[in-house]
Amino acid sequence: MALLEIRNLSVSFETTAGRFFAVQGLDVSVDEGEVLAVVGESGSGKSVAMLAVMGLLPDTATVSADAMRFEGRDLLGMTPRQRRALSGRDMAMIFQEPVASLNPCFTVGFQIVETLKRHTKLSGSARRARALELLTAVGIPEPERRYASYPHQMSGGQCQRAMIAIAMACSPKLLIADEPTTALDVTIQKQILDLLLNLQTESGMALVLITHDMGVVAETADRVIVQYQGRKMEEADALTLFEAPRHPYTRALLSALPENAVGGRLPTVAVGDWGVRT
Amino acid sequence: MSAPMSPPVLETRAVTRDYETGGFPRPRKTIRALKGVDLQVRRGRTLAVVGESGCGKSTLARIITLIDAPSSGEVLIDGQPVDLRAGLSREMRRKVRIVFQNPYGSLNPRQKIGDVLEEPLLLSTSLSAPERREKALAMLARVGLKPEHANRYPHMFSGGQRQRVAIARALMVNPDLLVLDEPVSALDLSVQAQILNLLQDLQEEFGLTYVFISHDLSVVRHVADEVMVMRLGEVVEYRSRDEIFAAPEHPYTRTLFAATPKIDLERIRARLAAKASRARGA
Amino acid sequence: MTESAASPPPVSPLLENWRYFARSRGAVLGLTIFLAMVLMALLAPLIAPHEPNLQYRDALLTPPAWTEKGRATFLLGTDAVGRDILSRILHGARYSLGIGLVVVSIALTSGVVIGLAAGYVGGKLDALIMRLMDILLAFPSLLLALVLVAILGPGLFNAMLAIAVVLQPHFARLTRAAVLAEKNREYVVAARVAGAGHLRLMFRTILPNCLGPLIVQATLSFSHAILDAAALGFLGMGAQPPTPEWGAMLAEAREFITSAWWVVTMPGLAILITVISINLIGDGLRDTLDPKLKRS
Repeated sequence: MALLEIRNLSVSFETTAGRFFAVQGLDVSVDEGEVLAVVGESGSGKSVAMLAVMGLLPDTATVSADAMRFEGRDLLGMTPRQRRALSGRDMAMIFQEPVASLNPCFTVGFQIVETLKRHTKLSGSARRARALELLTAVGIPEPERRYASYPHQMSGGQCQRAMIAIAMACSPKLLIADEPTTALDVTIQKQILDLLLNLQTESGMALVLITHDMGVVAETADRVIVQYQGRKMEEADALTLFEAPRHPYTRALLSALPENAVGGRLPTVAVGDWGVRT
Repeated sequence: MSAPMSPPVLETRAVTRDYETGGFPRPRKTIRALKGVDLQVRRGRTLAVVGESGCGKSTLARIITLIDAPSSGEVLIDGQPVDLRAGLSREMRRKVRIVFQNPYGSLNPRQKIGDVLEEPLLLSTSLSAPERREKALAMLARVGLKPEHANRYPHMFSGGQRQRVAIARALMVNPDLLVLDEPVSALDLSVQAQILNLLQDLQEEFGLTYVFISHDLSVVRHVADEVMVMRLGEVVEYRSRDEIFAAPEHPYTRTLFAATPKIDLERIRARLAAKASRARGA
Repeated sequence: MTESAASPPPVSPLLENWRYFARSRGAVLGLTIFLAMVLMALLAPLIAPHEPNLQYRDALLTPPAWTEKGRATFLLGTDAVGRDILSRILHGARYSLGIGLVVVSIALTSGVVIGLAAGYVGGKLDALIMRLMDILLAFPSLLLALVLVAILGPGLFNAMLAIAVVLQPHFARLTRAAVLAEKNREYVVAARVAGAGHLRLMFRTILPNCLGPLIVQATLSFSHAILDAAALGFLGMGAQPPTPEWGAMLAEAREFITSAWWVVTMPGLAILITVISINLIGDGLRDTLDPKLKRS
């Protein structure tokens, strides 16, 4: 049984120009211990689907699916309370802007302890010990000192590490990372990706990586879903996707990479429905 | 394209830039954002400046675009030294233009696209209004937009279209040097390819010289003739593209290259195999 | 992804803003009332049943027409010297709205120029100007206006000037804050590179992008000006009798508060309705011009 199973997911928003479908008819399944990359350009709905899984969409969104199950439990049928208990403990998510994702008013340590307080029965001192352990695990130097630091006192990379520490606090079974390295420098990006993969290997959790960067996909993913305008274009294991992409959209996207054309002009991706029918 | 003896379009000599921070009640501190940068770009060539945040590449961009004056050192445009403090001639101003990274911030939200394009002409030429409009429409067409777009406001355009407008504005007065500050970083992959192609077409057509500032090595490799790698305000490596990509010398350049994600089938194969064997072992 | 495909139909920003504005019922109601007021003020000589200063000696303190002792020709009654209150209110609207317009124009223009200079130039000039503004703001506004009128001498024009001085720092601060936020944006740098001079940068490039909050402040100040002018009139420092300015009318009616309620109530209601309508417009404009409240 898959850890996360979504069948025929649609997410729509009401706008003045009528109903807008951000995601349409999407099937996703994530197995334990797997790294799944969801790739797409802006407007492809790659984040929206995962936000729907986490229950983080605004009230204006309408979510419908034939099935949305986590460990066999129906997410759509849950009460909001059950849903909240699940997210943060068994499912966690990190975002693109690490500095903005942390609350600037509280210390990093406090924010980790907060999560532990919500989801575990650890005592105060045990929580502190666990928080320090997490800070060490995500590679923050001088965890004792950083425990009492405020987000603005740390660099973007360190903030993202702290976010990962919060996400990992309750050893989730599924971690969703939404463009976790887009705001970071390449050398820091490499460190954060390595950290995520190491944590994933050690804990055996499933990792869903949402990204627009084909290079990141190639360096991390086991399996890849390519999305365009709310639809799934292609799903394949990482090797197949890069070696022999089946869908024309994927092929067009890969050929538009600058590294695939030294000198000369880049082939451009034509706008098309790519099999999308709305 | 250029006579061998003509001076480089852009040259900087030992350019530094200091910023003062702190002040009352803490003691003042001087931070040196640029620590002596020498560079030369010949006509029709592209120099890529690569580095991570805080390396001083944006400070350098402002200095070579003649927005800020260097704290010490010299900037020469077409072999002529520029002294910002003494004021800038119209002719000098015309020669250098900039395109910014963020196409949402670089266009005045209250200015119609047509007016955006006409502003440089209004300010540095004595053309009549119909002549200005005609030139603006021609440039609009040249960057792949339609004449009716001239009457629209920036918020009605996509990111890629706005970047086209920003490029068109930069080219209105036939500059020699275009400083491109991360021009495609905020764009989607497919749009990025279009803008890069447009930039290459324009370079050939107008004999433009580019200083292309970027953090993305794959883009740099695609567009650059020379590459300058910067770190903490210093130039760590400055060579031709082919040399630097074939054999990066400086350890920092190598770190940068190694950290850039690559699509390498062998590596994917090895990674997946390692994972499969771990799964079997477990 | 050829980008030309999805360009939305061109809607002028004005029309777009009107659509957002029209969505707020309160704002539209406010605008309707305000326009009615303006119309009334403009047509006052034509629609007023009597001369505003004509005293009907036989009809002192006549109550409104719908009461027992009322007379049909004096719809809202008469005051202590027998002047028709309705006619005075209609003519008074010209004064009150005029006061609002003049005061806001003076305060807005001077405040914008001062704030623009402070924000754009920065440094010592900024510090100097803003401390001056802080000092002005530290006084209770009416007290400061009173002091100024006392120095300049009572009268409607001096009162307007005083109120403008009192309201001006709000505009200066608002402009400065907006200028600080805008002046380092890339489009300003781009205009600089294009060769724009300081004045062009200040007034053509930066200022139009700071107008949103200023328009809101201007409408709210409009009602402030009317109220302050009425207050000064009430204290005898504004419009002088027999000018039918609403505040002055209130002041003259002071002693009849207990005996002839309509003399006080009618001008008071006129002030209340005008101020409410303008505030409704101001709130609507704030919502309209705040991009954060707009859906993308």
